[in-house]
Amino acid sequence: MPKLSYLKAMNRALADSLDRDQSVFLLGEDIRVAASNLTAGLLTRFGPDRVLDTPLSEQAFTNFATGAALAGMRPVIEFQIPSLLFLVFEQIANQAHKFSLMTGGQCRVPVTYVVTGSGSRTGWAGQHSDHPYTLLAHVGVKTVVPAAPTDAYGLLVSAIRDDDPVVFFAPSAALGVREDVDFTTLAPVPVGVGRVARSGDDVTVVAIGHLVHDALSVADELAGHGISVEVFDPRTVYPLDLDGLAASVAKTRRLVVIDDSNRTSGFAAEILAVAAERFTLDAPPRRVTRPDGAVLPFALALDRAIQPDRDQLVAAINAVLEDR
Amino acid sequence: MSTADLYRTVRLIRRFEERAIEFVRSGEIVGGIHPYVGQEAIAAGVCAALTPDDVITSTHRGHGHVLARGVDPRQLLAELMGRESGLNKGRGGSMHAADFSLGILGANAIVGAAASIATGAAWAHRRQGRDTVAVTFFGDGAMNEGMLLEALNLAALWRVPVIFVCENNGYATTMPVESAVAGSITGRAEAFGIPAYIVDGQDPETVLEATTAAVERARAGEGPTFMECMTYRFDAHHTFEHRARLDYRSADQVAFGRSRDPVVIQGARLPDDERAAVDAEIEAVLDAAAGFALGSAHPDPAEALKYLYAVMP
Repeated sequence: MPKLSYLKAMNRALADSLDRDQSVFLLGEDIRVAASNLTAGLLTRFGPDRVLDTPLSEQAFTNFATGAALAGMRPVIEFQIPSLLFLVFEQIANQAHKFSLMTGGQCRVPVTYVVTGSGSRTGWAGQHSDHPYTLLAHVGVKTVVPAAPTDAYGLLVSAIRDDDPVVFFAPSAALGVREDVDFTTLAPVPVGVGRVARSGDDVTVVAIGHLVHDALSVADELAGHGISVEVFDPRTVYPLDLDGLAASVAKTRRLVVIDDSNRTSGFAAEILAVAAERFTLDAPPRRVTRPDGAVLPFALALDRAIQPDRDQLVAAINAVLEDR
Repeated sequence: MSTADLYRTVRLIRRFEERAIEFVRSGEIVGGIHPYVGQEAIAAGVCAALTPDDVITSTHRGHGHVLARGVDPRQLLAELMGRESGLNKGRGGSMHAADFSLGILGANAIVGAAASIATGAAWAHRRQGRDTVAVTFFGDGAMNEGMLLEALNLAALWRVPVIFVCENNGYATTMPVESAVAGSITGRAEAFGIPAYIVDGQDPETVLEATTAAVERARAGEGPTFMECMTYRFDAHHTFEHRARLDYRSADQVAFGRSRDPVVIQGARLPDDERAAVDAEIEAVLDAAAGFALGSAHPDPAEALKYLYAVMP
């Protein structure tokens, strides 16, 4: 079976969406030459009217997309640097997201914001290495962070078809992930539905984005020590698949979250809050996150020191299983 | 658009605002409003140059724009009172009046934000083969918002059929334009290669004439035009000022600013009896609007988040 990489899956999702729906168009910085490789081949295939290179005017072109969406288009914006979302937070959180309610449902704003290479990009330092999916979730913007190529394809297609704004985070550490795929089976994946990435009985590890792959490795490793880990990949940060999570935790009654957000008010904090409100656990849950207020330092060892890692995950799993 | 029609529009806006201010005082409108009193000629003249398929974006001081565009005063007043029968079903209020059936893509409460939205909408319409133009209203204060300057650049680069209407009323809240804008406002637009004109914003016919030329230019595919409409805000920045009594404009200046009143200027072009008939007609419309709004139901708190998403799993 052919191998499909995460980035190639996204490229295919864009091409299929452009092909299927004339109202879809792409805009962003350096997308005609495909600087991030996300849009490779699309200019040739779909032409400059549908693959629009923008000046470095993130705030205006993000609102421009909102205006185009209000006029019936389905814009897809690529941001190649996660921190650009800070620059356009107003345009997403305060404009695109609020139009439907503030107008009493008169309009829809189907814009997709794609962050190609979110989180640490290895050696890009403090202003290019954030992973702000929790911020978008907090304000209620639909936010997806797929881990696997087939999900990257399926969620990008669904995000573009969605009638609301959707932010799509493609973690830098996941872009090279490859999967054996029968291309004829590629299909939309619904927003708001998680998946059990690995079934297990002793503990549920909720992992998001590239950390799903770390969690799977840890699960493999711990299986050799008689620990059966279930890995739950929410795929969508907001709205969260509470039913899917509840079903997993009902089985294992133990919970660890690994999340590349800063700790305070992060995604993991939300999962633990949900657990406290709804779940019956046999041990206090644990979370593995970036530290509070983290700024990723440049030096590789420091960059890595700030990110949640497998050793921390193993320690957290052992802690929740301690009294077993 | 006839002389009488332009008069009807400026008079309707004036009286709507005066009545709305009364409803703020009586507590029927909570949160206050940003009165458009004194600037009516701009909304009236600009919107008179548009066709039904054109689109506009408005501002926090937006009642005039949407009334000139033809919204039902009953629904607008009901919106200001937060009623379910309002334009936005009571979910938007004074600063967010929208009526997509009339091409009003919303009033925006973030200064300068709507210019890029209007630019995107106009660009999309052209892509869809539609012969429409977009107008975006904003004030002199917005000229210091980077996002607006970015929008001017995009519109000029891509020859977008959008008309930038700057209502220079002399003040960004309390900040005088002379203290806030280096260089000139039209000079900023011209720097992007956009033709920019200073227009007498107190005379609806002058504004209509200038806008008509800009609309023709946009429809001909020649791109954006910038109009700096010189005007004066007769009333407060916001009704909170009625109590706060902020000291930033002298009595002399206010008197001078009020000396060129768009309602008087346009009214003088009509015979007395015709003007009186229009005035009476407007009072009847506004009486009906008040009755409609006051008699309308408040939204159900259980539906506070209705419309938050188009679809939610």
